[in-house]
This record gives sequence, C-alpha cells and structure tokens, in this order.
Amino acid sequence: MESGYFLLAFFIFPGLLYAIPMAWLILWIERKASARMQGRIGPPFYQPFFDFVKLMAKRPLPRTRLESWVFTGLPLLALGALLGSLMMLPIDLSQANHMGDLILLAALLEVPAICAVLAGFASRSLFGQVGAVREGVLMIASTLPFLTALAAMAASVGSLDLTTIAQSTPASVSLLAFLALFLCLPVKLRINPFSLANAEQEIYTGPTTEFSGAQLALWELTHGIEWVALMGLVTSLVLPWRTGQWITDALFFTLISLILVLLLTALSAATARLKIYQATRIYWQWGFGISLFALLVATLPIGG
Amino acid sequence: MHAFVNLRSSLIRTARGRSPWLFHLNSGGCNGCDIELVACLTPRYDVEQFGIRLEGSPRHADVLCVSGPVTRNTKSALLTIYTQMPDPKVVVAIGSCPASGNVFAHSPVIEGPLQEFIPVDVYVPGCPPRPDAIIEGIIQAVAVLKAKQYRGNGRE
Repeated sequence: MESGYFLLAFFIFPGLLYAIPMAWLILWIERKASARMQGRIGPPFYQPFFDFVKLMAKRPLPRTRLESWVFTGLPLLALGALLGSLMMLPIDLSQANHMGDLILLAALLEVPAICAVLAGFASRSLFGQVGAVREGVLMIASTLPFLTALAAMAASVGSLDLTTIAQSTPASVSLLAFLALFLCLPVKLRINPFSLANAEQEIYTGPTTEFSGAQLALWELTHGIEWVALMGLVTSLVLPWRTGQWITDALFFTLISLILVLLLTALSAATARLKIYQATRIYWQWGFGISLFALLVATLPIGG
Repeated sequence: MHAFVNLRSSLIRTARGRSPWLFHLNSGGCNGCDIELVACLTPRYDVEQFGIRLEGSPRHADVLCVSGPVTRNTKSALLTIYTQMPDPKVVVAIGSCPASGNVFAHSPVIEGPLQEFIPVDVYVPGCPPRPDAIIEGIIQAVAVLKAKQYRGNGRE
C-alpha cells in the first residue's frame, strides 16, 4: 500500500506524468498571457514542447568529460529534487503522508537555486558568474521570509507533518503565510520584478548563458517544474480548498495553481526589473516583516 | 522500428521549424537594421507567434542574424560567435551591408562581405529592410534549417 502510493505519487500524480505536461502548460501560459497583456498574439500552446524537442536534437558542443558531467548533472539534480518535493505535497489528505516532513520539503525546494548558482560559476562565463552572485544574494534574502512563513505554519499546529499543517493551520496564520510565500515566489521563479539572476538582455541569461542543446533543455524543463512545485506548495499548504474527494481535490489543485500563475504573470508584465539592493530590501523589510508577524500570531495565544 | 525513426525525424524537423531562436550580431553597421530587427518583436509584427525568440547567448541560438559590413574589429567576434553556436545553424544577412559593403564598400577598415568568412543562407537586401522582409528572410532560413540533417551528429 505504502509503496503503491509512493509509485503513484512519483510517476503519475503529482509526479512525472502530471508535472511535465503541466510544466509546459505553465510555461506557455506565462508567455501567452504576458504577450496578450503587451498587445501581442503570443506563441501557440505547443511552443514549450517544440522548444524542448528542438533543444534536445541540437548537436552537443565539444566539452571535456568533467565539464559535460557537471553541465548535465546540475540540471538533473535540480529536476530530481523538484520531483521529490512534488511527490511530498499533501494533496490527497486521506492518505497518511510518511514520505517526509516540512524540513525535507523546504530543503528540496532550495536545491534548484543552489544548482543554478553552481552552474553559473561552473560555466566560467562572466555573465554566468554575475548571474550566480545575484541568484545567491537573492536566495539568502528570500529564503529567510520563506522559511519563517513555513515555520509559522508549523508552529501554529505544533507539528512538522505536512498533512497536519495543510489540514489544521488557523486561517489567520494561513493568510499571513500566504502573503509572505507569494512575495517569495517571483524571486524563486526569476520573473519580474525580481528577474535579476537571469536578467535577459542585461547579463544574457545569467547562469545558463553557456548551456546549449540538451543541457539547456533540461534547465528549461527544470524551470517549468519549479513553477509546478512552487504553485503546488502554496496551493496545497496554504489555500483552503479541500472537498474530500480525490478527483475534485486534484482538479482544484490544478486550477488554483493556474490562477496563481496568471497572477504572477500579471505582476511580471506590469513591473520592471529592480536593482539588487531594492530587491533585497523588499525581502528584508516586507517579506521578513510579514512572516515574522505570522510567526507571532502563530505562537502567541491570540492567534487561536 | 523504421516507422519510429521516421516519426522521430519528422517530429524533430517540425520542432526545428516551429522554434527558431535568433542571435543578433551587428558587425559594425549603422544600427538601422538592428532597430528594424527589434521592431519585429513589437506588438505590430510579433514574431513570437512563430516561436521566434531573440536570445542573448549564441549558445542558445539556431539562426545568426548579421547586420553591418564586417569591419576589421568585428571579424574575430563574428568568427567566435559563429563557432559558439551549436549545429544545426543558419545565417541570415540583414541589410545591404553584409552582402556588398553598401556605402562602406572599398573602405580600408571593411573586411567584408560576410560570405568571405561564414556561409550565408539567406540575404535580406535593403537599407534598412522592412521588418516584413526580415521576417520573410527568417522564415526562408528556417526552411533551410529544416532541410539540414535531422541529427546533429551527421547521421541521417
């Protein structure tokens, strides 16, 4: 039973079979919605899929063996960590979730950013290094409110178990934690106004500047799955949407994820890129402030 | 097995035709063609509906768009960028400068025309060409790209 659920979660929902088409769908919605908001037509819905196939079929560049291991290994590691975190999301509450707790989930969600920093430095390109430094600085600034918001939810229920957190966090804490987590999403997804790490046309694409062909395709896929996992995290932990039925829960999960994608796309289409000190200041002041408030509400008796 | 290989190659060919990513290099031109190329991305022309994307890094690109008459200083950058692009790739010469040197012809600092250094697949003449003409040229270059061998490693 336990291993059956494990296989189902890893390969079907919300694992590979769900996550990969969903990643392409989200990447398309992001591009299409921002094109519509700018008065353009935008790409057709199969665009991310054809981008992926085309990149996979490019001829690999001649590299040393170590370089190609590092360049292929880093996106694969990020992809694996994201699939692991997806598997742990508490979507189906009737199943007791014994695959891990909040600490493992938070750790796995940090892996792609660390891989991006390493990739930027490993590429030895100037733009890659600038991107890696920015990614690192922003990761430190945004991880603190991110983790504090998760800690507030854990503190309010007195447990690190994901199912318990999803089920019984009081609404006051949930709302504050949602605000703090939502503020952290643009920087984790590297979209405007916090797109400093991959700032296109400024430092090219930051850490992935030197990547090409299949390795770049893996990064694109990782980026899509990062969207799925982070939307899934917010949707499954914070937002109240349980019906009790497995199928309707899964549908609501997908739907709310897509609504969050549209909200974030609107934010990124409406804003311009910030400077690094402005971006970090927002996280230290607002992000950390809100999540600290959530933690206070969660631990003080007034929070209920 | 044969059907699978055919399906795979036609899928890859379609994918190549539907997602050409451009890299844009000004080899010493007057910036007129560059403005026209960037105009293709605006709401009026919107090349993203064909899957065309302007990439910042030559490592990501399939189509190299060169404007300008190839000056002495830009020649080495041109060759570096051309070799940095992974196969299969095509080259589009935008404007009259890369084709003939245009008003800069016979200047002592001009090394062009472009085809002396790299193979050019499509020429888009004009000084500068209209965005419609540039899009037409890129679409023709994509047809050349699709006709190239479907596997990068030389096996058909």
